[in-house]
Amino acid sequence: MEAKLLMGNEACCEGALAVGVDFFGGYPITPSNEIGEIMSRRLPKVGGRFIQMEDEIGSMACIVGASIAGRKTMTATSGPGFSLMQENLGFAAMAEAPCVIVNVMRGGPSTGMPTLPSQGDVQQARWGTHGDHPIIALTPSTVREVFDLTVTSVNFAEKYRTPVVLLMDEVIGHLREKVVLPQKESVEVVNRAKPTCPPEWYRPFEDNKSGVPLMAPFGEGYRYHVTGLTHDEMGFPTTKKDEVDALNQRLHRKIRQGFEEIMIHESFLMEDATTAIVTYGCVVRSAKTAVLEMRQEGKKVGLIKLTTLWPFPRIAFENLSDQVEEIFVPEMNMGQLYREVVRVNHGKRVVRKISKVDGEMISPEDIMRAIKREGGSGAKVY
Amino acid sequence: MAQQRELRLAGLGGQGIILAGIIMAEAAGIYDGKFVAQTQAYGAAARGGFSRSDVVVSDEEINYPKARQLDFLLAMSQDAYEENLSMLRPDGILVVDSTYVSDIADAHVYAIPFTRIAREQFGRENVANIVSLGAITQVSPYISEEAMLQAVEKRVPPRFLELNKKAFEAGKNAAKEAKQKSALQEEINEEM
Repeated sequence: MEAKLLMGNEACCEGALAVGVDFFGGYPITPSNEIGEIMSRRLPKVGGRFIQMEDEIGSMACIVGASIAGRKTMTATSGPGFSLMQENLGFAAMAEAPCVIVNVMRGGPSTGMPTLPSQGDVQQARWGTHGDHPIIALTPSTVREVFDLTVTSVNFAEKYRTPVVLLMDEVIGHLREKVVLPQKESVEVVNRAKPTCPPEWYRPFEDNKSGVPLMAPFGEGYRYHVTGLTHDEMGFPTTKKDEVDALNQRLHRKIRQGFEEIMIHESFLMEDATTAIVTYGCVVRSAKTAVLEMRQEGKKVGLIKLTTLWPFPRIAFENLSDQVEEIFVPEMNMGQLYREVVRVNHGKRVVRKISKVDGEMISPEDIMRAIKREGGSGAKVY
Repeated sequence: MAQQRELRLAGLGGQGIILAGIIMAEAAGIYDGKFVAQTQAYGAAARGGFSRSDVVVSDEEINYPKARQLDFLLAMSQDAYEENLSMLRPDGILVVDSTYVSDIADAHVYAIPFTRIAREQFGRENVANIVSLGAITQVSPYISEEAMLQAVEKRVPPRFLELNKKAFEAGKNAAKEAKQKSALQEEINEEM
């Protein structure tokens, strides 16, 4: 494939189309607009469906419905729209409807700053909808990675029958870079497992080794009940404690069994590092520059890039050398992922946050200044 | 260290700043074959708010995608000039649209009336951005003229192609004049 100048939001659409997304329901909102705009033009040409709904509540509802009817579905939004989607996102988790919600984060709270970046929705992606649900959230740092992670998001959604949140930020969504996309044939495509038994034998929420029930699309002769209420194997509401417990345990187990695969993270110059920067999204770019420049000054700084945010990739820290004494967590929020980093390091290392909430991207200088000012200066943060 | 150049276009919403940034990025990345990252920042209003676009060009993969110290600044409004001047390197190249930027403290500046040229020669102010791209190829070495023109041709709507090519040419000519003037000015300064 030839090199193209692509925007993050464009690469998201390319990824979605390559992995076979064939239904998009959405409502326009800056800075995610380009995604819906492009999907509305491209999807009908490949036999897919695009629908602009009345709001984000409807958008989320329609992608859940289309998913249960057998489509690979996606929507895209930003903070205020993501808030409206939360109720039906929980329904998708309970009904185990595979779907991908792209949230291009902008400044908040509320309508905040439509055109400016932030990383304020990290905990919302985890706990925005009520109930003790599992979730998967991934976050890209380059335009090419937007393509790759859109593919991964759709594949995880299909494999684990779960909503997946692709958390972008305005910087990455609107960043243009030269990218070479892979040939469509070389893109890995995972499809949900379907039942092969006769419809009358089908138990729609029956457990198996993977914890992911076989999913029959509506319209192919399998008739079953889908509800947001806690349900038994047949999909009907139940309050029997053995059935309730089995469902809740299974919903978590199916994701937990995939932790190895789901918790994506990368290390950069960590081999001899005594100080680690842990970050995600656009800030990875600033952190890489900071690492390279501080290394020129002889400081042993490395970077851990968290690609998966939820489930929190604790395995990135499990084999971390004792050499690493200090961790800095730069984020464009007041420390939403910092708390997780503190938690998984069990007080073994000093963990400090670097917060920036002025509507601008964290710069390499912001990171270097904080490390120089606070590095090696004492008390552990628990 | 790799050669990395940081260019910024700044002005008002509606002046085509972001499109100009995209064209520059495409020229550098696709037609000149370099690594490139283009970002933008703009106010919520469609017209009249601030608008700026950063284009980082490098021989190597680019990490931080925004400008930190400018090698080049195009200011299309007085506010844009004042807000961004402090980020320009001492040896950086400064170009202003003298239609709107009149109060200039810096002596080393290419002052070219892009908007006036667009209005007077083509009857439409919205090609001022393409006029400025033509000029940029003459006063800075970071993007080749051929690449810039190819990118203009790709990104403008076909029915406006001729108009835009002429606008590009007008920008080049205006820049050549401005260059001569500035060379003359240097000489005068030296003699004094």
